[in-house]
Amino acid sequence: MAGLALLVSAGLAGAAEDATERELEKYRQMLKADPWSNPAMLDADRGESLWRERRGPNNVSLEACDLGKGPGKVEGAFAELPRYFADADKVLDLESRLVWCMEKLQGFERSALVRRPYSKANQSGTELEALTTFIASKSNGATFAPSLQHPKERAALALGEALFFRRQGPLDFACATCHGDSGRRIRLQSLPYLSRPEEARLIVGEWPAYRVSQGTVMTPQHRIADCYWQMRLPLIDYGSDVTVALTMYLVNQAKGGPITAPGLKR
Amino acid sequence: MRTLLVGVGIAGVAAASALAQDGLDRAVVEKAIKDSWQQVAPDWAARLAQDETQQACSLYRNNPPPSLASAIQAGAQASIKYPADGKLMGDWKKGEKLAQSGYGMRFTDYPPRAENGGNCFACHQLDPKELSYGTLGPSLAAYGKDRKFAPAEAKAVYDRIFNPQAAFACANMPRMGANGFLSLEQIADLTAYVMSPDSPVNK
Repeated sequence: MAGLALLVSAGLAGAAEDATERELEKYRQMLKADPWSNPAMLDADRGESLWRERRGPNNVSLEACDLGKGPGKVEGAFAELPRYFADADKVLDLESRLVWCMEKLQGFERSALVRRPYSKANQSGTELEALTTFIASKSNGATFAPSLQHPKERAALALGEALFFRRQGPLDFACATCHGDSGRRIRLQSLPYLSRPEEARLIVGEWPAYRVSQGTVMTPQHRIADCYWQMRLPLIDYGSDVTVALTMYLVNQAKGGPITAPGLKR
Repeated sequence: MRTLLVGVGIAGVAAASALAQDGLDRAVVEKAIKDSWQQVAPDWAARLAQDETQQACSLYRNNPPPSLASAIQAGAQASIKYPADGKLMGDWKKGEKLAQSGYGMRFTDYPPRAENGGNCFACHQLDPKELSYGTLGPSLAAYGKDRKFAPAEAKAVYDRIFNPQAAFACANMPRMGANGFLSLEQIADLTAYVMSPDSPVNK
C-alpha cells in the first residue's frame, strides 16, 4: 500500500516528463520499424558520401583511413573505439581519429577542422558530425568492446575515471555530481548513473543522437563538451585528451551494451 | 585553520600516488586538463584549477577520512560571511526568482544579461506547487514550517547555501557564497524563500 502511494506521488511529479518521454518512445518505436525516419540518417547518408569522396588538398577519399580494423573498414569500427593507434602514438576516439585522417591523408589543416565542429540548432550537421554519424551507424546492432591491451589504452581509462570524479569550477561540479547515483533527476530530466554498468549500457550506445529540441545531431564529443559548459568551464577542445579519456571511461562502463546509434534524444 | 587544511591537503595529495592503480597521479590529470583547453583566455584559466577542497574531494570521491573532513568543515565555516546589517532573512519573492533561475557563468552567459541564479529547483523540491524539480538534493518543501521558523534554523540555512561543506565535507551542493557565485544579499533572499512563513515553500 505504501509502495503504491509512493508510486502514485512519483507519477504525479513526473507527469510532464512522462508525456515527453511517451512521445519520444512512440517516435523510437517508429524508428525501429523504419530506421530511416530518424533525421540523423540524413547526416549518416551525407557522411557516407563525404567518406567516399575525393577531398582536401591531396584529393583523396577517406577510404584509406584506418579506424582500427584496417583501411576503409567501417563495419563495427565504432564499437572498438577509442583505441590506441600506433601511427599517431595516441589513444583516439572516432572523432579525433577522423580529424587525424582528414589532416594526414586528405591534407586539411587541423586548426580549420576543429574550429567549428558543432552545428547550430536547426542546421544540418557539420562534416565531422555527418562522418561521425555515418561511422557510428555502421556499428548499430554491435556491442561495445573496447580494447585495453595497450598500456596507453589502460592509461586513458584511468585518466577518464579520475576526470569523472574531478570537482572543479565555480559550482564545484564533477561528472559524478549528476551521474553518480541511481534514480536522480535535474528538474524532470532523469540522470543515468554512469559508473553503474547496467545504466551506462542503456545510454552510452545512443550517441551520436538526433536531438529533437535542437533539431541537430549531437556527437559524443559535443555531448561531453556540453556537460563542461554546464559545469561553467570554458569550451573544451574538440578531440582533446580529456574528452577522449572520458569517452574511454564511458565506453568501458558500457562494455557489452548495445550500440543503437544514431539515437533519438529530447 | 587554513594551515591545518593546507597540511592535511598536502598529505592527501601524497596519498594520491599511493591510491593510483596504473601510476596515475594528479600531475597526469592536471596535464591533461591543461592540454585540453589550449585556447583559454587568461581570466578563464583559473576555473580549470582546483582549490584544496576540490582536490581533496576529488581524490577521496567525496568521502574524505575523518581528520580531513574536520579540516574541510572548519575551513568552510570560517569562509562564511554575513550581510553588514546582520539580516539573514531577505525578500522571499526575490529568493523565489533566484531559486528558479539557472542563469550565470556559462560561457554563453557573457556579457551577463541577468544576475546569477541559485537554480535550487534543479536539485530540490521547494514550493510543492512547482512540479518541475530535481531530486539530487533532499526535498525542502515545508522546511521552515517543520522547524517552527526558528532563527537559528534560518542561520543554518544561510550557512548551508553559503558553504554547505561547513556541515558536510565534500557535499555535492555548490559553495554558492564561498565561490562568489551568489552575493550575500541573494543568499539572504534565498534563506527567506526557504524559511519565511509567507513563502510558498511553507504553505
